[in-house]
Amino acid sequence: MTDDVDAYIAGAFEHPTREAPDKSIAQLHAEVAAGALEDAGLAKDDVDGYFTAGENYQVGRYPPLAMADYLGLDVSYFDSTDDGGSAYVNHVGEAAAAIAHGKCDVALVTLAGRMRTDDRDQPEHDDSILQENFERIYGAETLPVYALAARRHMHEYGTTSEQLAEIRAAASHHAQYNEHAMYREPVTVEEVVASRTVSDPLHLLDCCVVSDGAGAFVVVSDEVRRQLARECVAVLGHGAAIEHHDAGRVDLTRTAARDSGQRAFDRADVGPADVDYASIYDSFTITVLQTLEDLGFCEKGEGGSFVEDGALKAPHGTLPFNTDGGGLCSNHPDRGGMTKVIEAVRQLRGEANPEVQVPDAEVAIAHGTGGYLGTRHAGSTAVLGRVGR
Amino acid sequence: MSWEPRPVPEISPETAPYWAAAAEGRLLLCECQDCDLQYYYPRARCPDCLSGNVEWIDAAGTGTVYAYTATEIVSGWPEEHLPLVLAYVELDEGPRMLTDVVDCGPDEVEVGSSVEVTFVDTDDPDVAIPVFELRR
Repeated sequence: MTDDVDAYIAGAFEHPTREAPDKSIAQLHAEVAAGALEDAGLAKDDVDGYFTAGENYQVGRYPPLAMADYLGLDVSYFDSTDDGGSAYVNHVGEAAAAIAHGKCDVALVTLAGRMRTDDRDQPEHDDSILQENFERIYGAETLPVYALAARRHMHEYGTTSEQLAEIRAAASHHAQYNEHAMYREPVTVEEVVASRTVSDPLHLLDCCVVSDGAGAFVVVSDEVRRQLARECVAVLGHGAAIEHHDAGRVDLTRTAARDSGQRAFDRADVGPADVDYASIYDSFTITVLQTLEDLGFCEKGEGGSFVEDGALKAPHGTLPFNTDGGGLCSNHPDRGGMTKVIEAVRQLRGEANPEVQVPDAEVAIAHGTGGYLGTRHAGSTAVLGRVGR
Repeated sequence: MSWEPRPVPEISPETAPYWAAAAEGRLLLCECQDCDLQYYYPRARCPDCLSGNVEWIDAAGTGTVYAYTATEIVSGWPEEHLPLVLAYVELDEGPRMLTDVVDCGPDEVEVGSSVEVTFVDTDDPDVAIPVFELRR
């Protein structure tokens, strides 16, 4: 399985903060950069590749330039592909490709955001200027467009609010063991459904947390990996896709995960049945349900029954997911893709919280969704594997 | 169920005819003269075959609700005008259009509800916004 692996994740670090009014965004980037490098056993001057997305409104228009300056990086390869929350899962694939082509050997990927501290009273603007004139005027922003996807899925497949609530309940079960999680209190299906309706059919507890935070990981070549004392995680495969309006024939029950997942699984030469642990982007419960279907963990339309009866609960569910509590309960620092990668790495290295560690996890996936299920979004899937040393 | 006047969209040469027609009470679609696709939102080149041979056509202005939500939270939207019914309306010509269903209670809307276009004003008298209401 690891014969043709080009790249490995050698270090990962999640900032413990969920509220950082006293830190700048650049400072958060730097703190997690230092944490991930220390975790890998690498020094700053080993870094010759740098990836960060373009969300850093406090950093400036050209984030890789500003942050390379701030961090004092001397890099031969850099990229700031910004596809929203999926960007950091995309950076896994992009870093692996850059390493495979000899562009760099040690790629640092960082995220920082202050979604909680910074002013949230400003009207939300879609970052896609082209289309926003046909959307913003109707009040189409994040929450209601995901609700549209949930409505259509319920209409076509009979999915229920209780089934969506199972996803939050499982995430909250995991979050109770994470001392850094924003919401650690376990909630029941009944409590989720009884929470305030914010955009029907979605309830308040169908939505992710709003947090500050940061995270980083380091992707290295095989040559570098062999010099490290640290157990590394193999990047077995990666795939990306974009799902959009399709010239006005939008299908709200289909996500980009269908194509990104297939591409990643094909490259890794494994399938959904081989996956021991899944990090699934969880901006909303409906995001998880549709992603599970499109990644092939169940048939289309059967996500509702799949998640029932604790299937997603670690350590013994059919498919343990988001064992840090995920975006729904732990951390969603503007974008959730970074924490998806980090928890998958923890699982494969046996470093998740003991109560939710999947025994002998060999294969994990991290899936990011960037943009909006109800309009246009990117899907990015990374298949990761444990490496015996 | 309304917010008037609506924000004025940014008008570009590519989309100006669409907004001007709306001010006259007409809903326009684009039709590719090469592959016959009728599409929304408006673009100068066909999103299916990339042909630039595209013409404006008048839509019938009728359709059915493909998906909807009554949302309680919209940034900047006056609270007294909430909930807002956001919907995808599948036009009779085929395209699904993100829009609002106005002048109805959220409990009156269903997937499959029959709707027809109407128009709400903006601060710019030459620009109106197409929305939909239930056909009763």
